[in-house]
Amino acid sequence: MNINSHKFSAQSAGDKAFDIVNHTILILVALAVFYPLYFIVIASFSDPAAVASGNVSFWPKGFNLDGYVKVFENQKIWLGYRNSIFYTVIGTAVNLALTIMAAYGLSKKGLPGQGILMGLITFTMLFSGGLIPTYLLVDKLGINNSMWALVLPGAVSVYNLIIARSYMAENISGELEEAARLDGCSDFNLFFRIALPLSKPIIGVVVLMYAVGHWNEYFNALIYLRDQALYPLQVILRDLLIQTEQAANMGGDASVMEMQRVADMLKYGVIVVSSLPVLCMYPFIQKYFAQGMMIGSLKG
Amino acid sequence: MGNQQTGKKYCQKKKRLSVRVKAYWQLYVLIFPAVLYFAVFCYGPMYGIQLAFKNYNALDGITGSAWVGFTHFTRFFRSYQFGKLLKNTLSLSILQLLLGFPLPIILALCLNYARNMRFKKVVQTITYAPHFISIVVLVGMLNIFFSVNGGLVNGLITALGGEPVLFMGKEKYFRLLFVGSGIWQNMGWNAIIYLAALAGVNPELHEAAVADGAGKLRRVWHIDLPAIRPTIIITLILNCGQLMGLGFEKAFLMQNSLNLGKSEIIATYVYKIGLLDAQYGFATAVGLFNSVINLILLVTVNYISGKLSETSLW
Repeated sequence: MNINSHKFSAQSAGDKAFDIVNHTILILVALAVFYPLYFIVIASFSDPAAVASGNVSFWPKGFNLDGYVKVFENQKIWLGYRNSIFYTVIGTAVNLALTIMAAYGLSKKGLPGQGILMGLITFTMLFSGGLIPTYLLVDKLGINNSMWALVLPGAVSVYNLIIARSYMAENISGELEEAARLDGCSDFNLFFRIALPLSKPIIGVVVLMYAVGHWNEYFNALIYLRDQALYPLQVILRDLLIQTEQAANMGGDASVMEMQRVADMLKYGVIVVSSLPVLCMYPFIQKYFAQGMMIGSLKG
Repeated sequence: MGNQQTGKKYCQKKKRLSVRVKAYWQLYVLIFPAVLYFAVFCYGPMYGIQLAFKNYNALDGITGSAWVGFTHFTRFFRSYQFGKLLKNTLSLSILQLLLGFPLPIILALCLNYARNMRFKKVVQTITYAPHFISIVVLVGMLNIFFSVNGGLVNGLITALGGEPVLFMGKEKYFRLLFVGSGIWQNMGWNAIIYLAALAGVNPELHEAAVADGAGKLRRVWHIDLPAIRPTIIITLILNCGQLMGLGFEKAFLMQNSLNLGKSEIIATYVYKIGLLDAQYGFATAVGLFNSVINLILLVTVNYISGKLSETSLW
């Protein structure tokens, strides 16, 4: 049903004004959000000199792929890209396994201790040990300066666990399970043969949420990784996009200026290239994430 | 007599419990890895909170280090940094709440009254997109657009006859840029939850209101807003619980020596004194202070909301 539908043909002047204002707001908001993204893309295809002098505004000027060439020549970016793909795949696999298995177990209301466990898990959303104790723990476990420091400390997101659990509690029929159980089906079999196939939509949501999180992850890499060969893309991006720009803004020596020149050449291209994986997933993301948000919001 | 009966019942219950636990053992196996994670990585660090009351010594470890009571806390409260950090953290997050909270609600209401479904879809697709950009890229984009060397915004200012402004290096612009870019990035995404609530509004209410001659503005006010009120309140409670939990990443990435006076917040301070200066005990104390205030805020706001509007988290 469309709340704009009318049973009466004539629209009041007030409603007309409402529609005009409403659509103007929407168009302005969409433009304000769209333009910076669009600008990055056209700037990445333009002559850097034209961009720097402010001559690029609505379409690429002096079509030019130098920025992309510089990105592809840059070893650090490649290494970071490779590391990020690796961390995202491994990290998401660990996240997914832990989250979905626990969500299934905890969706069983009759399970002794289920309420207490959920309470203890939810509490971690409200209160945490904080940065230093977590850092010391990771250090003590000996996973500091390794990939595992990016994978294990955030292995389960409470939010994702809760939405997966709600989904399973609602969508996997208890009767079907009872019938299977009477046929001698074990809980493991129920999980793998019945629950998993029925949970595909929520698995999609959870995978995408975790994957985007890993891809954009920056903080854990900053505090746990010292070995430059392990740096994910976001840390490399920080050096290119932020550090040099800041240094140049404050006026720097010749080496800063040289770095700035290189950064200027490739900064637009590297933003596009680094956002490409998320961009490719965007249609799925939009469908599944919105669903995930709905499930989450219904459970409040 | 009564005692005997309850005793018997208790025994039965206990037996049934152990039988049930055994029957479900495979489920416990499935849950176990996640429970292990929460025990180690969430409750493990809580054990380390005692560092806030100790002088950490790497040789003695967390358990063996000497207790110093509230020394770290008094040092923090008395330090010249304390007032500034608290003010910076709260001003930034309150500004973020005041500006960032109502806009997604307005956007959702606007989208809800878009006449053309394709137009609505396009606006949604565009406004959700920035949510998936990483914080590093977002701050990188801020640097690009607000740069003094050919940044778009300064280009516009000079074209209008003004002087270029060093936006990223001026204290007074920090909060506005921080909050503004946050709104740009998350407004569309945060509107989803309200759109979901609006989709649940009973169409008959609208039909009846139209039949009574109510215009769209009145329907927004009398039908839509009351319908999404619980969602608004829950979101508000959760946001208030985050007032002191302002993310580290963005403030840290936007920070430079020139805007430090406004951009140093509790989270970035804990990082610096803790991980860069290795004052573990002191940094843990500052972090603990922050988490406790947050928890108190959340519980208080939740309680008040429960009393006033009968909507609360638990």
